[in-house]
Amino acid sequence: MNATFTLDGRPVAFSEGQTILQAAVAAGAYIPHLCFHPDFKPHGSCKVCTVKVGGRHAASCTTRATAGAVVESDTPELNAERRALVQMLFVEGNHFCPSCEKSGDCKLQATAYDLGMSTPHFDHFYPDRPVDASHPDMLLDFNRCILCSLCVRASRDVDGKNVFALAGRGIRTRLIANSRTGRLVDTSFSHQDKAAHVCPVGVILHKRRGFETPFGSRVFDRKPISARADSTAEIAAVEADGS
Amino acid sequence: MPSKVRNAPDPAQAAATAMARHRHDPLELLQMLRDVEEACGWIPPEAIDCIEARLALPRAKILGVASFYSFLHLKRAGRYRILFSDNITDRMLGSLGLLDRMCRGLWVERGKVSEDGLVSVDTTSCTGLCDQGPAILVNGLAVTRLTERRVDDICELVRDEVPPGEWPADFFRVEDNIHRRDALLGTPWLPGRALEAALARSPEDLVAEMKASKLRGRGGAGFPAGLKWQACREAPGKARYLVANADEGEPGNFKDRVLLANAADAIFEGMALGAWATGARRGFLYLRGEYRFLLDHLEAVLERRRAARLLGESILGREGFDFDVAIHVGAGAYVCGEESALIESLEGKRGTPRNRPPYPVTQGYLGQPTAVNNVETFAASCLVALKGGAWYAGIGTPESTGTKLVCVSGDCEQPGIYEYPFGVEVRQVLADCGARLTQAVQVSGPSGATVPAAEFGRRLAFEDLPTAGALMVFNERRDMFEVARNFVHFFAHESCGFCTPCRVGTSLLRNMMDKLANGHGSPYDFAEIGKLNLLLQSMSHCGLGHSACNPVLGTIAKFRGAYQRRLAHEEFEPAFDLDRALAAARQMTGRDDAAAHVRPETEETA
Amino acid sequence: MDGTAPRKLKVATTSLAGCFGCHMSILDIDERLFALLEKVEFDRSPITDIKEVGQCDLGIIEGGVCNAENVEVLREFRRRCKVLIALGACAVNGGLPAQRNTLSLPLILQEVYRSEPGARYGLIPNDPELPLPLNKVHPLHEVVRIDHFIPGCPPPADAIWKVLTGLLEGKEPALGHGLIHFD
Ligand SMILES: Cc1cc2nc3c(=O)[nH]c(=O)nc-3n(C[C@H](O)[C@H](O)[C@H](O)COP(=O)(O)O)c2cc1C
Ligand code: SF4
Ligand code: SF4
Ligand code: SF4
Ligand code: FES
Repeated sequence: MNATFTLDGRPVAFSEGQTILQAAVAAGAYIPHLCFHPDFKPHGSCKVCTVKVGGRHAASCTTRATAGAVVESDTPELNAERRALVQMLFVEGNHFCPSCEKSGDCKLQATAYDLGMSTPHFDHFYPDRPVDASHPDMLLDFNRCILCSLCVRASRDVDGKNVFALAGRGIRTRLIANSRTGRLVDTSFSHQDKAAHVCPVGVILHKRRGFETPFGSRVFDRKPISARADSTAEIAAVEADGS
Repeated sequence: MPSKVRNAPDPAQAAATAMARHRHDPLELLQMLRDVEEACGWIPPEAIDCIEARLALPRAKILGVASFYSFLHLKRAGRYRILFSDNITDRMLGSLGLLDRMCRGLWVERGKVSEDGLVSVDTTSCTGLCDQGPAILVNGLAVTRLTERRVDDICELVRDEVPPGEWPADFFRVEDNIHRRDALLGTPWLPGRALEAALARSPEDLVAEMKASKLRGRGGAGFPAGLKWQACREAPGKARYLVANADEGEPGNFKDRVLLANAADAIFEGMALGAWATGARRGFLYLRGEYRFLLDHLEAVLERRRAARLLGESILGREGFDFDVAIHVGAGAYVCGEESALIESLEGKRGTPRNRPPYPVTQGYLGQPTAVNNVETFAASCLVALKGGAWYAGIGTPESTGTKLVCVSGDCEQPGIYEYPFGVEVRQVLADCGARLTQAVQVSGPSGATVPAAEFGRRLAFEDLPTAGALMVFNERRDMFEVARNFVHFFAHESCGFCTPCRVGTSLLRNMMDKLANGHGSPYDFAEIGKLNLLLQSMSHCGLGHSACNPVLGTIAKFRGAYQRRLAHEEFEPAFDLDRALAAARQMTGRDDAAAHVRPETEETA
Repeated sequence: MDGTAPRKLKVATTSLAGCFGCHMSILDIDERLFALLEKVEFDRSPITDIKEVGQCDLGIIEGGVCNAENVEVLREFRRRCKVLIALGACAVNGGLPAQRNTLSLPLILQEVYRSEPGARYGLIPNDPELPLPLNKVHPLHEVVRIDHFIPGCPPPADAIWKVLTGLLEGKEPALGHGLIHFD
């Protein structure tokens, strides 16, 4: 059985139980998203994937696809709303792309480019978030964490380790590591973990691997994220290359 | 029990006791953490070591849970932890001045622990004592009717390290302040009568009566209770659960507190009715941490009902009708009143609202069908069982049947509880409570509606002004901008942080309102607030984010003058004072020349 | 502005807490600069050495707002220029200098000036000629209203060209893929 819904007028096939975004990704159609990854259970927190279903806003990663649904995504209104969300993520953390190793391979940045974001617009929070360099192979730069919880899900559901968890509440929500000291080195984390390869931004970084590819010729420098329906897979491939 | 102030117990011992009390069940993690906090005054790392080892839970998960709830401390807190209720009604009664007085009296900076570790003084979200404020919590226990005198007395008790359990009982007296009774509060309760009436007929009949009564949920959203029970009954599942929502976190509401104190039997009987109707065998009452002082009373009522065979196995001798209720105590998180966040919290997790659908009636507690109702809804269901759905439907308006407990606070002579049939005009309530020169009322709480004097003919009813109960009264002297700003701070403090728009947006909104308050506002900020509001409404994950801008929108629309006064500038201004941003450098260099200052923009252009 | 001969647009530029890298990028628009110069005339700018800003159509500013002098200059630009462009990462989000924002200013000053070994009473310079630092470094839009932003460290010359020509043609400038980048 192959039911379909329409995404901006084009039919998208889905199978029973798939969410709108899951079906779209599988069909090679792009809906902006940050906390979604096809390998994991949808989380629904970044809200960048919000679309209109039958005229009502809904997060496409967690909304079940239904036959005949009319889904709008690439509209000026929705893109403006998404841009504002992305701007919020920029001012919430400390994102200084020129000194970030992830620049060019970063999904937050690429999504910002794609949505035509030229300024963070809001006033910055400039939070104080120390870096954790304790681990021999990995670095955690919390300044760039967008709390997407992909690493939490990867470590729990794939690695079976629970290395990461979200802590705090509200604007003080933060990522923590599972050890008495709170340091990564005291957890069971390994650079081979799935959780070491899912961060969409520049938080969970492999040491001694900085700037292998120069700025300007990285994944999203070459092609906009929206032109890579397989963007998630592609980043995974880039990561896999280096490890 | 209030924590023993001197000789804090051994953390490992405290953790062991807490775990044993909760059968080492990881679902009870939050309750265990609460117990440790009560015993030690905070949650020491050694206690976490024990829980981690014994329950085999990841430490990060335990920390993630503990750090979510305002009343749990992962850093050593004061031996006396004093929290001032910070609802606008407390402020109107002078709470901020009293807070300063207490800080001075105890030589402690607000929000910090005193150097000797004796005491900390800070604010907390509304404690549900608006009719007898200003109120504070001392080590989790409510102290009401604060005056300067009482503040000074408390300072002395704290300095002398007298345990709160030995403080004058009058400090902790909480009044019911019921000023008007109707069908619910006016019916004398004979425990068991409603259950007997229901058991005389089938569960299906009870569901039918509930539907006929058209009783709608009293937590604010107004979903028909009969339909919810039916859906829960019919949803496939291994087990069914009932939850009484006594989180009552919406500022200005305190009717659940009064019901719990006054009509606990009706609430638990309503839950038993729900069990009969749905087939649930277990129920929970989720009691907000602020109402900790009611716990012993509630446990006693449960015991009494078990002894009377109104709870437990074979209720009223009916073979196979087994149902019991456990009380879970919250720990300072408004969002846990949202039903799916509440269920997460019941499962011992962070109170993050779930993705819906599926809704709790099909997949709630442990993924099983769960009916969550406000405590007032359960209490009202007793009337339906006793007197029939048709009788109940005859009260109130056709769309909003029955009565509603209204919580009146703010500028009036007699704050307290007023029970009215639905459909009562705001004007009537104001007359009854002795409010004069009223400028506006806030109905239902910060997420509700701001109603100006011109609209006092409107009615409390789902079809006009839906309400959870709160009705905060503001007289002509009150600044409606400050009212909205207080509410916005509340939402920013209570945002769970799960979704981007609300996590960041509520803090941005708070900063913008502060910017206006600090005299840096311009029409630019006004427009920004409007844009943020649309974003929060369309993109947020749950009701908290959806309604976080309501107080601002309501006051902008109806009290524009209060904002206009704040738009001191025509052109965009920074949110901070530029000259003050140089103060630190001036101090460090000892400079005070002209170039060491930034002149106000108006001077330059003149 | 009587609508007869097309008047040249007056443009002022300046660098606040920046490194002049963005200005280098302006010059990088190369031979197109001459085409541009047919349509624009530079007022105060590191390129011209004019010190006071006259009434201008366009102000282009690189660098964030770090000290009292930056504030004065930025406000002067806002008053004199009809349209302001924030040019480059530092102007747009504070950039590298803003990475000090998580530290307290007194602490930084102490670290820098007093903790030198030997200089026990080492003093923080208090020369009135030196601009006093603000508590935090701010991007331009947190201090004055900004009309357009060209991100990048430095922004590509093509992006600058596109925005300038767009503005000259009275269009809302939009940078597409390749021209909008933050690094
Ligand atoms: C942020 C938020 C807070 C809430 N707080 C409460 C509360 O404290 N008490 C309550 O009964 N319902 C609260 N609700 C509504 C519940 O989600 C739910 O609708 C209600 O408990 C259902 O019971 P009812 O149908 O009997 O009203 C809240 C909802 C939201 C979105
Ligand atoms: S994580 Fe992405 S957006 Fe943030 S600084 Fe790095 S490249 Fe820029
Ligand atoms: S570290 Fe990366 S993957 Fe983990 S929550 Fe933060 S942004 Fe997401
Ligand atoms: S809207 Fe606010 S409270 Fe609700 S899930 Fe999002 S962050 Fe949490
Ligand atoms: S991708 Fe759907 S909410 Fe983040």
